[in-house]
Amino acid sequence: MSTHAKAAAKFLADRDRAAWHDRALYLVREKRDRMAHSVPEWETLRQAASDIKLHTLSHLGHYLEQFERNATANGMIVHWAEDAEAMNRIVGQIVREHGGRKLVKSKSMLSEECGLTPYLAEQGVEAVESDLGERIMQLMHRPPSHIVLPAIHVRREEVGALFEREMATEPGNSDPTYLTHAARKCLRETFRTADISMTGVNFAIAAEGSFAVCTNEGNADLGTSFPDLHIAIMGLEKVIPDYASLAVFTRLLARSATGQPVTTYTSLYRRPEPGKEIHVVIVDNGRTESLCNEAHRNMLKCLRCGACMNTCPVYRRSGGYSYSYFIPGPLGINLGMLRSPERYGGNVSGCSLCYSCSNVCPARIDLGEQIYAWRQEMDADGVADPQKKMMVKTMNVLMRHKGLFYTAIKGAALAPRFVYNNRFNPWCAGREMPRFARRSFNELWKSGMIDQPKKEEK
Amino acid sequence: MKVGLFIPCYVNALYPQVGEASYRLLRSLGVEVDYPLDQTCCGQPMANAGYERDAEPLARRMEQLFAGYDYVVGPSASCASFIRESYPRLTSHNDGSPCLASRIYEICEFVHDILRPSQLDASFHHKVSIHNSCHGVRMLHLSTPSELNVPHRSKLRELLELVEGIEVFEPKRVDECCGFGGMFAVEERDVSVCMGRDKVRDHLSTGAEYITGADSSCLMHMQGVIDREGFPIRTKHIVEILTAKE
Repeated sequence: MSTHAKAAAKFLADRDRAAWHDRALYLVREKRDRMAHSVPEWETLRQAASDIKLHTLSHLGHYLEQFERNATANGMIVHWAEDAEAMNRIVGQIVREHGGRKLVKSKSMLSEECGLTPYLAEQGVEAVESDLGERIMQLMHRPPSHIVLPAIHVRREEVGALFEREMATEPGNSDPTYLTHAARKCLRETFRTADISMTGVNFAIAAEGSFAVCTNEGNADLGTSFPDLHIAIMGLEKVIPDYASLAVFTRLLARSATGQPVTTYTSLYRRPEPGKEIHVVIVDNGRTESLCNEAHRNMLKCLRCGACMNTCPVYRRSGGYSYSYFIPGPLGINLGMLRSPERYGGNVSGCSLCYSCSNVCPARIDLGEQIYAWRQEMDADGVADPQKKMMVKTMNVLMRHKGLFYTAIKGAALAPRFVYNNRFNPWCAGREMPRFARRSFNELWKSGMIDQPKKEEK
Repeated sequence: MKVGLFIPCYVNALYPQVGEASYRLLRSLGVEVDYPLDQTCCGQPMANAGYERDAEPLARRMEQLFAGYDYVVGPSASCASFIRESYPRLTSHNDGSPCLASRIYEICEFVHDILRPSQLDASFHHKVSIHNSCHGVRMLHLSTPSELNVPHRSKLRELLELVEGIEVFEPKRVDECCGFGGMFAVEERDVSVCMGRDKVRDHLSTGAEYITGADSSCLMHMQGVIDREGFPIRTKHIVEILTAKE
């Protein structure tokens, strides 16, 4: 059994909870569908997004340097980090030079990718998450289970108990509005007292030297308002040419992610206020290598909307933690394999090849097709499942020898049913085996039992 | 028009009645049908498991078996889509012969797009729920995928509506995967079974007596769940309904 299959079995052991998780996320998928179907030019927009990304990725050096030039001219300070370690070091250094102990953070998957928060903690800097879902996960000392809805797997009663412990809310009160107000009150204090703010970057606009941060809670805006240092970290694939292309992406992002017409706050950072500093750290961390991978470079088009997770029938029924990579779902299966087939190969089985992910992706990434392609590479990479390999080898022998094949199915038809319909057959975990026909179609045809046209007609 | 009947391995072994109904359906529409003997497998199970190159000898054999036919038609959307997608890279056609990929059709697609009958000599006085299989929907476009914003149509529904007395329904999650997925069904058995149960329940909630579709593999998986759980519904391949007299 793959690592994913094992973890999924654990998740599914609690049937009610798994069913609730599936319903909650399918609801998001339905909201996305309503939005997608209300924009007549939806499919054209998706194609445009895919084309813009392809163009930008094909001229990545040009656009990144253009961004750096214009951002610098606007008064921002641009840094380059080749990997996670370099990013953490650079951020650590900026923080040290500036001074400060409290950093308020809006959601960034890149910081998860690079392990920034633990790194800062070692330096004596506390990073407080300001996105509510992300804050819940931070207080639970668990990673997010979804890239847009980090705490989607947590029930409100559990949040109530957590807040009771952490924020002394009323015992037993799990009213979402009440809990949100409590979190808000606590976070306001953090916003007021933080020395440093950090955000991710949704889009970096090369022609303007500016960048866009999209949130629903306004936490990035509030976070960056008080401190006089703002550090923005971005993967290098986040650059896009200009505002015209930004308009394409902002129309797609929230509709795909949560089924809203647009994110509540789409804020553009262009130049620091007088006396304040904005630092942008552009991070590679394996992305250039992904760009060289012809079969899988499309992954760099990703907007991180999470639509592929919401639609994935496997993700919905196995939960974010069933994947060994920090990003789950179809996106995470693919990104994990780009990172390390040895470490994350155990996720590739978590796909029934339904291809729904490829159809919802706003940048038209062929996610399902790429999972199929990864499966083809696993044997050569030495990370194939030995049991599965044996099954394929057995099938090869049977299917390549028609005599063997027809003898085998005849044998199965004559054998008592318990021989194959038993608990040692993994098929029978939850299902009965089909019954073999007494006579195969081939046999029926040979014996003239299928109504055949007269041979002499030919 | 010379049509070669392609009967996938598991249909041959488990559902000969589906092969028989396919034959009858095509004959009733005036098509000359032949079945090249001793077919085995198209290679899809190996490929989906990550061993596409192991499908190569099977692909070559399929090409030989069906070399002389104008169309090759079979009752399985997922096998047909595999042949169409993968055979061009699995078999060489340096001699200029056309790849099987250019002539392979899933049977509903063939009847709907090529034969285009305006009526069928069939009656089925029952309620059926259409199973829109993933490869049928998203690779062969037998119906419009629910994710896309393009005008909706369903070839399976259009064909079923030619059957006298039938009432056609579709599940709420109209084209959500049933969880079969070939080797996925055993490799990720817990997820697969959960998906199967959810899907059957969705079909059940339409009030239908039968689940029908173009893929016996999905139907086999769902029937396995039905038999285990004792759900009051049955599966039936669409060709059996398109040739039914009941």
